[in-house]
Amino acid sequence: MRFLMTYTADDPSPPSPEKAAAIGKFSEEMAKSGALLDTGGILPSSKGARISLARGKFAITDGPFPETKELIVGYAIVQTRSKEEAIEIARRFMTVAGDGQGEIRQLMGPADGPHHGP
Amino acid sequence: MADTQSAIRAVWNLESARLIAGLTRMVRDVGLAEELAQDALVAALEHWPTAGVPDNPAAWLMTTAKHRAINLLNRTKLLERKHEELGRELAARQAMTAPDLDALDDAVGDDLLRLVFIACHPVLSPEARVALTLRLLGGLTTEEIARAFLVSEPTIAQRIVRAKRTLADERVAFEVPRKDQLAARVASVLGVIYLIFNEGYAATAGDDLIRPALCEDALRLGRILAELLPQEPEVHGLIAVMELHASRLAARLGPSGELVLLLDQNRARWDQLLIRRGLAALARAEQLGGAGGPYALQAAISACHARARAPEDTDWAQIAALYHQLGQLQPSPVIELNRAVAVAMASGPAAGLALVDALADEPALAGYHLLPSARADLLARLGRFDEARDEFERAARLTRNTRERELLLERAAACATGTWPPR
Repeated sequence: MRFLMTYTADDPSPPSPEKAAAIGKFSEEMAKSGALLDTGGILPSSKGARISLARGKFAITDGPFPETKELIVGYAIVQTRSKEEAIEIARRFMTVAGDGQGEIRQLMGPADGPHHGP
Repeated sequence: MADTQSAIRAVWNLESARLIAGLTRMVRDVGLAEELAQDALVAALEHWPTAGVPDNPAAWLMTTAKHRAINLLNRTKLLERKHEELGRELAARQAMTAPDLDALDDAVGDDLLRLVFIACHPVLSPEARVALTLRLLGGLTTEEIARAFLVSEPTIAQRIVRAKRTLADERVAFEVPRKDQLAARVASVLGVIYLIFNEGYAATAGDDLIRPALCEDALRLGRILAELLPQEPEVHGLIAVMELHASRLAARLGPSGELVLLLDQNRARWDQLLIRRGLAALARAEQLGGAGGPYALQAAISACHARARAPEDTDWAQIAALYHQLGQLQPSPVIELNRAVAVAMASGPAAGLALVDALADEPALAGYHLLPSARADLLARLGRFDEARDEFERAARLTRNTRERELLLERAAACATGTWPPR
């Protein structure tokens, strides 16, 4: 199974060198476990934009967006044998990354059809 | 709130291999190590539901297992030295500070590598290696392994028991092989992982054409191995093969579960993340000087397909050349057959048919359904429809896979239309 993991940090300031190193080490551990498919940091919203479509009209808003505390700062795509394994990985990541909100969402895969076996 | 049992199982998936590896180093017996690890798991199942999952589950399991190991060694009166070793290690671990844990991580990595080599030891039969690898390194239960290979649970249980006994009887050492044996031993490990992958990618029997979970297990084992042996080009070559093949899994089955051949697949359903990873692994193999290795060559062939946005963009001449190179390295009628198919695509069906006909009496291909299947396709492209139909029917009789048989019989029937490919 594949999961997209996203994370928002309660503390919006950039991580300390120690924390950044610990996060880097954690990514290495995940790579060694064979479960990590992809991971990346997400730049501040000042580099981004929002696009909305309503009743045929587009509205584009450049960042930064005001609610910095709720913005995703990083993602990972992991391959695990169960949702609980993904939760455990998220738990370990957040132990290193600090207080905040993590979310995991299962990605569609070849196994997500009615005709596939175990 | 996630069920604690499932959370414990999740921790087990992440930690059991390293746990068993570390214990094997201590007690020098894989079977005993696994029992101790299982004991620790039982203890976790007893304590964690009420006490909660500990912050460092791996350390908790290892400490618990080591306690049990000491008790066991006391009771069975094994070497005094072993007891002292364990006692010292346990005390040292308890006194450990953070930097030491880093060093321990390296040691754990080495132990994991030793465990990989033991599980895939040549003294074991191929089926035993597969079962033991999935069990000790993949963390699969006996039931899961049995289901994956369509044999009974007792059969797998017995296979694992006998494998452990063989390792003990043969006094197989817990070590990384010497330099002069490393290449051969690595090849053995890669063979086990590839066998697991192929069983998931193109199941040899039963109703399901693919078992994606098995492919995932193999991919995960391969990636772990690449981190343990980053300088071995063929490890990266194998990963490249697996990632590239797995990238096509979603496209391999049609809406009714029917098999879709590579050239008919919807390429929008090819997984670009896996393709990117596969091409990166192939590049790593090539950077390490391993472009000519068998897995790297297979990966290069698969990469030709991955890079083609549409079937007509495929570099068939390059594929034919790579099969030629592969055939020089590992002479095989199957490889020659694949080369013939590529030659047909590059230079026309008549050229391909000449090569396929040369394989007609190959004993190794006698029961191989892809030989008449390939011949049938070439005959159909040359307008020789009666012969093509006969060959498709022959291929259908030879395959053990239900869905492949359906596809072949459809193609046989389609020969009556007089147009090729059938629409």
